[in-house]
Amino acid sequence: MMSNNPFPLSKEKLLEAYRTMRTIREFEERLHVDFARGDIPGFVHLYAGEEASAAGIMMHLNDNDRIASTHRGHGHCIAKGVDVKEMMAEIYGKSTGACRGKGGSMHIADLSKGMMGANGILGAGAPLICGAALAAQKLGHGGVGISFVGDGASNQGTFLESLNLAAVWNLPAIFVVENNGYAESTSVDWAVAVDSYVDRASGFGLPGITVDGTDFFAVYEAAGEVIKRAREGGGPSLLECKMVRFHGHFEGDAQTYRGKGELEDIRANKDCIKFFQARVREAGVISTSEFEAIDKEVARLIEEAVAEAKAASLPSAKELLTDVYVAY
Amino acid sequence: MARKISMKDAINEAIDQEMRRDPTVIVMGEDIVGGTGSPGETDAWGGVLGVTKGLFAKHGDRLMDTPLSESAYIGAAIGAATCGLRPIAELMFVDFMGVCLDQIYNQAAKFRYMFGGKAETPVVIRAMCGAGFRAAAQHSQMLTPIFTHIPGLKVVCPSNAYDCKGLLIQSIRDNDPVIFLEHKNLYGHESEVPEESYAIPFGEANIVRDGKHATIVTYGQTVHRSVDAANALAKEAIECEVIDLRTLSPVDMDTVIESVEKTGRLICVDEANPRCSIASDISATVAQEAFGALKAPIRMVTAPHTPVPFSPALEDIYVPTANAIAEAVRKTVGGTRKAA
Repeated sequence: MMSNNPFPLSKEKLLEAYRTMRTIREFEERLHVDFARGDIPGFVHLYAGEEASAAGIMMHLNDNDRIASTHRGHGHCIAKGVDVKEMMAEIYGKSTGACRGKGGSMHIADLSKGMMGANGILGAGAPLICGAALAAQKLGHGGVGISFVGDGASNQGTFLESLNLAAVWNLPAIFVVENNGYAESTSVDWAVAVDSYVDRASGFGLPGITVDGTDFFAVYEAAGEVIKRAREGGGPSLLECKMVRFHGHFEGDAQTYRGKGELEDIRANKDCIKFFQARVREAGVISTSEFEAIDKEVARLIEEAVAEAKAASLPSAKELLTDVYVAY
Repeated sequence: MARKISMKDAINEAIDQEMRRDPTVIVMGEDIVGGTGSPGETDAWGGVLGVTKGLFAKHGDRLMDTPLSESAYIGAAIGAATCGLRPIAELMFVDFMGVCLDQIYNQAAKFRYMFGGKAETPVVIRAMCGAGFRAAAQHSQMLTPIFTHIPGLKVVCPSNAYDCKGLLIQSIRDNDPVIFLEHKNLYGHESEVPEESYAIPFGEANIVRDGKHATIVTYGQTVHRSVDAANALAKEAIECEVIDLRTLSPVDMDTVIESVEKTGRLICVDEANPRCSIASDISATVAQEAFGALKAPIRMVTAPHTPVPFSPALEDIYVPTANAIAEAVRKTVGGTRKAA
């Protein structure tokens, strides 16, 4: 069918972006079901609804580039290339997990992929990313560091200090604010005094951009610009992605703080994956059957990931005492 | 015979030698260059007490002043340590750790465990500790137990220039996060220090003085006060063994227990506040592991459970004195003990 591709990505890359977003969605929706069934220990914070941000940003990165994620980190992990089956096994607390069952949902990391960890401490990733960006600068390998925070953690001192430090040191760092409207249950409209994150960035001497985070292409384009600038020595930026969260703060959250009909509305009308599909299909670049083929593959992958995670062995008791120090 | 240099100069020399040896070693902190962006000298200070003075001239922008943002730059040092650098971050006073403690105890200390053994965080966080500078409650603390409580951290507190150089070099080469605490009262203290580079392994206590009647276990500034006490007691025919722990995580309990098995008496001296301190930790471990060897109850000589006071009249009685240590030893050995 296609001949003219109006998008800034090849068909191959568009398929890859779609696969990433669909994998995140399938992963999270499956966790939603399995958590409710009592299969999963601990806390789980789902990224469903926010996929365009992870995919649109991470499409620009390679393994040399570092990201520091949040408690809502599954999407960032998948988009950064962390193995989906190892992630699932980790969330099930199994020895085959990405962190051998010692980290869980809030601490999934794979430094070999440049993923410095989901983080249970809000805003803690921002200073770490200053360090990753400093290392890239000092070692001269051209990498960048990307710190993700939500609108909630954007009020943390660590985040604000990091904006200043990155600006003062002219670091190749990007601070992404994933604004899904709620810090747990508290509205961003109440908890953030400035009207725009662009204003907050300029207060720290950084360029800032706000994009519609449900629009993959808007995220992709803006991220490309700030990442390119950082790679070329132009210093840090702030990127705000306005988005929606399809689930509660954590699984089990009754979400009574939301407006009446809000969830139904965002699922029907603000689904970043539906937007992506519509744009690409209407342009005649990817067909419905091509999307469906990916959907099937992704569904199979997640099914296998869950089956393998459930079948995997638990960590042995001796694992309790290992990995505290490199040498002691 | 090696030359004598101060602990302050030993730190400077250790950093200099490691920066020459390993290009991934960088140094950051508030005023550690001391003048960045100012109209006068770029490296006017070299640290608030001049410990890193002269290193900027030798190593240039591998030494970086930071804004007053402890969370941001301590976190940056930790992040950079997971990305191929070996940062030495100077936190001026250990009292400021509270500002950035999350980066230390939730991030650096836990990466390796949380990530299933797949992370290394070779960062050294240097800070001044201890009382004696008339610097009052927020610039004088001995917070060692805060850090020994946290698995994943190594904790070092040297008592002299020789140990300081060797332990700092080991800290920089070590692949785990190290909290390196420098007693500000000891910066001017001189001892023989070889010019060449050397590393002192962690977890090896130093028996500063041999003795058979009682074991005094301590670290940092109170090592010297304990030796003074031991020298005074020797005139009363009480011979004390004085053990300088040197590193608090890991801690060399073998040397302590071996000594207690010989002397049968233990006095733990600690400049930290007494509750859940190094002194109480050593006491508990000896009570558990070597109770049968004890001929008398263990005694602790520590700071009182108060903040550090300002007035010299009060601060001077805050830190355990040689007299207080000697008195505790006398009570332990029975007060009227004659020559053995």
